[in-house]
Formats: sequence, C-alpha cells, structure tokens
Amino acid sequence: MNTEETTQPLEENSGQPVKVDGISEQQPARFVFSNDSLKKQMRPSEFFAEKIITGVAFLSIAIIILIFLFVFRETIPIFSGKAETKTEVTAAKQETYGTATDNRNVNQQEVYSGTEPENGVTKQEVYVATSDTTKNTVVSGEAGISSYRETSSEAEGRVTVKGLAGKVWMPVSDNPRYGLLPLVVGTFKITIIAILFAAPLAILAALFSAAFAPRWMREIIKPAIEILAGFPSVVIGFFALIIMATFFQNLFGYETRLNAFVGGVAMALAAIPIIFTVTEDVMTAVPSTYKEASLALGASKWQTAFFVTLPAAAPGIFAAVLLGIGRIFGETMIVLMATGNAALISMNPFDSVRTLSATIGAEMAEVVFGDTHYSVLFLIGTLLFVFTFALNATAEFYVKGKLMTRLQGKV
Amino acid sequence: MMGATGLSVVLIIAVIVIMLVVIVIGGKDTISWKFLTTFPKDGMTKGGIFPALYGTALMVIIMSVAAVPFGAITALYLTEYARESSWMAKTVQFAVRTLSMVPSIIFGLFGLGFFIKFVGGGMDKVFFGGQLIWAQPNILWASLTMALLTLPVVIVSVEESIRAVPRDLRDASLALGATKWQTIRKVVLPGARSGILTGTILAISRGAGEVAPILFTGAAYYLATLPHSLSDQFMSLGYHIYIMSTQSVNVDQTLPIQFATTLVLLLLTFTLNFVAVLIRSKLRRSH
Repeated sequence: MNTEETTQPLEENSGQPVKVDGISEQQPARFVFSNDSLKKQMRPSEFFAEKIITGVAFLSIAIIILIFLFVFRETIPIFSGKAETKTEVTAAKQETYGTATDNRNVNQQEVYSGTEPENGVTKQEVYVATSDTTKNTVVSGEAGISSYRETSSEAEGRVTVKGLAGKVWMPVSDNPRYGLLPLVVGTFKITIIAILFAAPLAILAALFSAAFAPRWMREIIKPAIEILAGFPSVVIGFFALIIMATFFQNLFGYETRLNAFVGGVAMALAAIPIIFTVTEDVMTAVPSTYKEASLALGASKWQTAFFVTLPAAAPGIFAAVLLGIGRIFGETMIVLMATGNAALISMNPFDSVRTLSATIGAEMAEVVFGDTHYSVLFLIGTLLFVFTFALNATAEFYVKGKLMTRLQGKV
Repeated sequence: MMGATGLSVVLIIAVIVIMLVVIVIGGKDTISWKFLTTFPKDGMTKGGIFPALYGTALMVIIMSVAAVPFGAITALYLTEYARESSWMAKTVQFAVRTLSMVPSIIFGLFGLGFFIKFVGGGMDKVFFGGQLIWAQPNILWASLTMALLTLPVVIVSVEESIRAVPRDLRDASLALGATKWQTIRKVVLPGARSGILTGTILAISRGAGEVAPILFTGAAYYLATLPHSLSDQFMSLGYHIYIMSTQSVNVDQTLPIQFATTLVLLLLTFTLNFVAVLIRSKLRRSH
C-alpha cells in the first residue's frame, strides 16, 4: 500500500554515511550506507509486477464496458433497421433484397424471409420445429438467400419504436409483433409483489436481529437467514413450481396454477437475504450513543428501535430495498419456472405473467442468430442491464453520500 | 411491535426449514451411488445424473482456473498497489460491485454476443477457415461466462483476507530489505492463502448453482456422451433440474429424479459454503 512512506525516513536520515557503532573500525566498507546505495533501484521484476497487476485490475472495468458494448451491439440491427424504414417507404433499397422484398408489407413480415442463420444448421432446425408458419416464409425467401447473405444483418430489422411500445408480444408468428409493454408490466407486477413480501419481512427481521436479539441469538439468526442466499435460484424456482404453486392454489382457489403471485413470493425468497444483510449491517452501524440517549430519556426498547434506530438507518434501508429490487428485476430462473410465462397485460396478481428476463431465457435458445427477434431479445437485455446499473449506482451513491455523513454526525 | 419483528424472523427461518425438509424428503430415497454414476435412461425418465454431475464439475474447474488468478490479482491491486482514495481504485471497486449486481441472464447474453459470436466466430474465421467449431455454445464459453459472474465473489474474499494480513509482517519484510513484490510473494500471499481458497470455494458453489448464464452458452438438454474437448457441450445439474421440471415428457413420473437432483445440487452448494465458512472463521480467529 504505502511502503514508500516506511522507507522514506530511513533514506533521509542517511544523508551522511552511517557507521555502525563498535564494528565500524574493523569493517568500514561493508556497513556504510550512502545516498547511492539507498536509492530506490529500478528492478524490472518490480516494475512489471506492478504494471501487470494494475492492468489486470482494470480488466474488471473493461468487462463492465464490454458487457454493455456487446449486449448493445447485437441490438444495433434494430436501430439501423428503424432508420431505414423511415426513409424507405417507397422501398428504395429494393434491389438489394431480391425476391425477399416481395413479401414485405408495412409489418415485419420479411423478418423471416431469407433469414439464413450464420451459425449452423442445428439452430435452424430448432426454429423450424417451433413454428410451422415461419417455415413457409423461409422457403419463400429462399431464392433471395444467396445474394442476401452479405447484407442480411442490415436487412432484417424492421422494428419501430411504436412497435416496441405495443401491447402484443408475439415474436413467433406470421406477423410477429414485438410489443414490450406486457413484459414490462409483468416485470413490474412481479417486482411489486415480491418487494411487498420481501421488504417488510427482511427489514423487521433485521430490526429484531440488530435491536432486540441477544448476542447469541443474533449469531444464529444471521447465518440462518443467509443460508437462503446460498440456495441456487433454480432450486427456489423448483420449490415454487412443485410445492408452492399447488399450496397457494389450494389456499386461494384461483385458476391458473402458475402466476405472478407464486413467482412474486418465490422471488421474495431470493431478495430477503440481500435486504436483510444490508439492513442489519446498517442498523448495527448506528452509533450506540443514539440508542443510549433515547433509553436515557425514558423511551422503551421498542420505541428506541422504531423511532431512533430505524430512522437513523433509513438511507441504508432504502439502499437495501433498491438492491433487492435489482436482484428481483434480473432474476431469471425463478420467473421462468414459476410464473406461467404468458405475456398478458392485467392487474390481477393471479394471472400468468412473463417478465423481461424470462423472455430472454425462454426464447433465446430457439431464435435464429441475427434475426430481429434475436436483436429484440438483446435489446431487452440492454434495458435490464441499464436499469440494474442505474439502481446499483443510485444505491451506492445514496448510501455513501447520505448515510455516512449522517452517521458520522454531520447532518 | 416487538412481536412483529420476532415473527418475521421465525417466518423466514420456517420457510427455509420447510424448503430443506421438503427437498430432503422428496429426494433422499432416490439418491444412491447408482443414481450418481449412471446416465439418464428412457428419455430421461429413469437412470442417474452422472453426465450432469460430470459436466458441472468440469465447468467449475475451468471456471476457477479462469476466475481465481484474475480475481486474486485484482484483489492484490486493490489492497497493495492502489491508494484507497484514488479514482482508479474507486472505479475498480465500483466496477466489481456492479459486476456482482449484473443480472445473471445478462452474462448469458454477453457470453453469446462476445465469446460465441465475436471470439469464437473470429477464431473460426482466422484459424479454421470458416469451419464451425468455436462459434457455437460449448463448455469453454459457458465456463468463461460463469467465471465473469463469480469474479466478484473471488475478489471480495481475497481482498478481505489480504487486508487481514498484519501490517507488521509487511513492515518487517520491507525492513529486512525485501522489495514490494518480494514482500507480496513471500509474506502477503502465503498469509492470504486461506482467503484465496475460501474465494475459490464460494465461487464454485455459486457457479455450480447458476443456470441462466449457461442457458445458451453451452448447457445441453441431453448428451449421450461426456464432453471430450473444450468445444463440446455439456450437461449441468441446475439446467437438468430446470428442463426436467418444465420440459420433461412426464413431469409427475420423473418427480423423484427432480427432487433427487435438486437435493444433490443443494448438498453440493451447502457443503461448499459450509467449508468456506469454516475456513473463514478459522482465519478470523488466527488474526
């Protein structure tokens, strides 16, 4: 860290040659330090070690940037496509596409025509098997394929902003529609349900652990709840799918077995440990003088907990909830397994929903590389990434900026 | 009001216990040596989970080889070389925290866009003349994707253990004339060995359980053979649970297998986590 500081004084003291007492007479040369001999030597191994370590450390920044760039890169066909649609109402670029253009109407029908996967036949097979309707269009575009391959990446995307804001998500059909609205609604529905369960439970539990529980009990509660963080999300999803879904259906008697409610409760299980841990840490960081002052004024233990500890830790709790939301927002396996995955817009918590992340997880494996559908899935990924990044950054700066100044008494 | 707080603790712990009990009861009768060492049979309605276990093990090994040195070096930078207040250190730390927050499915997308299409596609074009070898999902790309996901786990753990190495030891080493790098190599790193081990174990436990990043970077529905080379696909425990419970031919009939697979995965991750906690508490006590 700061080894320079520790070596510095030594160097300064030894401006004059230093003689070691007693033996200096017999062996003068060996024990003399001079300015030269104490000068920091240039050692290649030191130099390279430092540079390599610094370089590797910066890779983590590079990874973040690369993730954004490469996830975003795959969405570019959409945007370039969009630009073309605007200028191209009269089909100005028709000659490039050969017969493929014949299929085009205002909608995105040509998306599948002449779509030749760049990477292998296996994907194509999977895709054809999933929907017979697309097969026809692929066949009809075949004539254009050979001349088409080079320009395919620019040619495929025809998604408008209006189309993306649409209410229907139907990527695999004759007339594919990529309305993200049901997915966004579904994601928010799940997030709200999950956070309504997770936040109060986790915060109250943290309050108990930090304010009321004796030391020995706290040392059991904390690791016990953190066990929950050790459950792989696929295991929570499995439990929700097999056990919870049936349990809740018997309890409430609704129709669809897999729905937003089941998914939300399962997601709450994934979010609880995060919210709990962060909240608990923040609450234990509240200076004990606060509590002592409150107790000295005659407040009871729970009054102190609710009116002193809780408000003092409020920014941290807010950050914890944001982190929890981030976790829920990006969680894939649980929603994929437990929510039924129907892209509906409804306010009923007992309807099936499909979230943004689950859409990527469910459809990416069956999509043709480079297709519009593929690009739209990457667009969803970009949205998710940007959103969680923003949440994380907010939580971080909020905690750093507000909580720390407050707890250090600089309100 | 105090009751409400206590109640929520009880509720959360009760849910955890119920989950554990249900999975243990559902899976314990199916687990046997044979279950762990045989291939699935009859369209995955019978037989064992050997290829899934093998695939998961292979993946976490490749993942650790990639993630641990990388993570340890980053931790070394943060603790030994960077000044804590410098913007560089802050940016690296922010990047690490962001990395731990990125949704796992995004890593999958990144693996597809970067490793498979960009790196794999480039390798095929340059070395194999456009032959399709690396530009498709395989165990290497899946492991590297997973390595990115588990990187923050390694960094945080190693960082903690390096910071626990007493300042005096470093000063003593420097006072004896050792250079900074010699001090790191001979004093700091040996002191941080248990932290590196903990980080590796936690990363493995995390990587073994994650499914979303490998959904389309290398995990296969069913394979009749084990992966032989890095360009083969593989089966993984988590993915096996996912497809068995959602896309199996007969979900009800295979329920015991699903429970047993889940139990195996849980045992694996919990054992690893437990070992990591043990090492860590030993480390804390020793300093």
